[in-house]
Amino acid sequence: MTSPMRIRARMAGDVADVRVLMAHEMETGTRKGSDGQLVPAWFIQEIIALHNGKSVMTAQWGPAISKNPYLQFKVKGAKAGDKVAVTWKDNKGESRTDEAAIA
Amino acid sequence: MSMNRRDVLKASGGAAVYTALASMGFFAANPAMAAWKKEWFETKSIADTLKAMGISATAESADVAITSPDIAENGAVVPVGVASKLPKTEMMAVMIEKNPSMMAGLYEFTPAADPDVSMRVKMGQSSDVYALVKADGKFFMAKKEIKVTLGGCGG
Repeated sequence: MTSPMRIRARMAGDVADVRVLMAHEMETGTRKGSDGQLVPAWFIQEIIALHNGKSVMTAQWGPAISKNPYLQFKVKGAKAGDKVAVTWKDNKGESRTDEAAIA
Repeated sequence: MSMNRRDVLKASGGAAVYTALASMGFFAANPAMAAWKKEWFETKSIADTLKAMGISATAESADVAITSPDIAENGAVVPVGVASKLPKTEMMAVMIEKNPSMMAGLYEFTPAADPDVSMRVKMGQSSDVYALVKADGKFFMAKKEIKVTLGGCGG
């Protein structure tokens, strides 16, 4: 199961400042577990950010992004009450979308 | 079959969401993002990375800023921000020279986004961190050294 993202979006001047905290292990695939075996890679590969349903930013991530990833980005031409949605997809094919309103 | 009901639901649910998104054009609208570029994330040097991405020339730019502490105490969580003041910034990438996979993250922007992102990355050891920016069809680079006192790989 995937856990919800925490999305905080607030206006700073005429730009919306969006902060996202995702819940994900972000295993690199190079780390050994307590049994001495390599822990298989498991990390978020793609991010899509939407503002009122329109794409504003896409990202590709490698395993170097920290566990429980934090992402901050800025949306121009936004106003309070607009919807911001973020989708991630990991290397196991799981994905999750969460949405928040700009405060 | 050892697959239980929960796994089946999870797998099909994830696939359905992805298909729905794809059909709505989230992935298809941007062909460069149609798939995760595996070869971009497997390179070991700046030169190899640029080659894999098909970039021949980059210029240093003072309009690309990397925000991070000079010394990171914990390499597992190093805050890094990249901002570009270059007009028509389309893409920004963060690369950590001494990491096993040097590409950390690559961001592509539509004109509705301000090219200013922050993230947290893992660093195995002190390294130069590069920001690669594509603006108006040209490529620009900026560099910053981050010293790590405790490595972030292998725990």
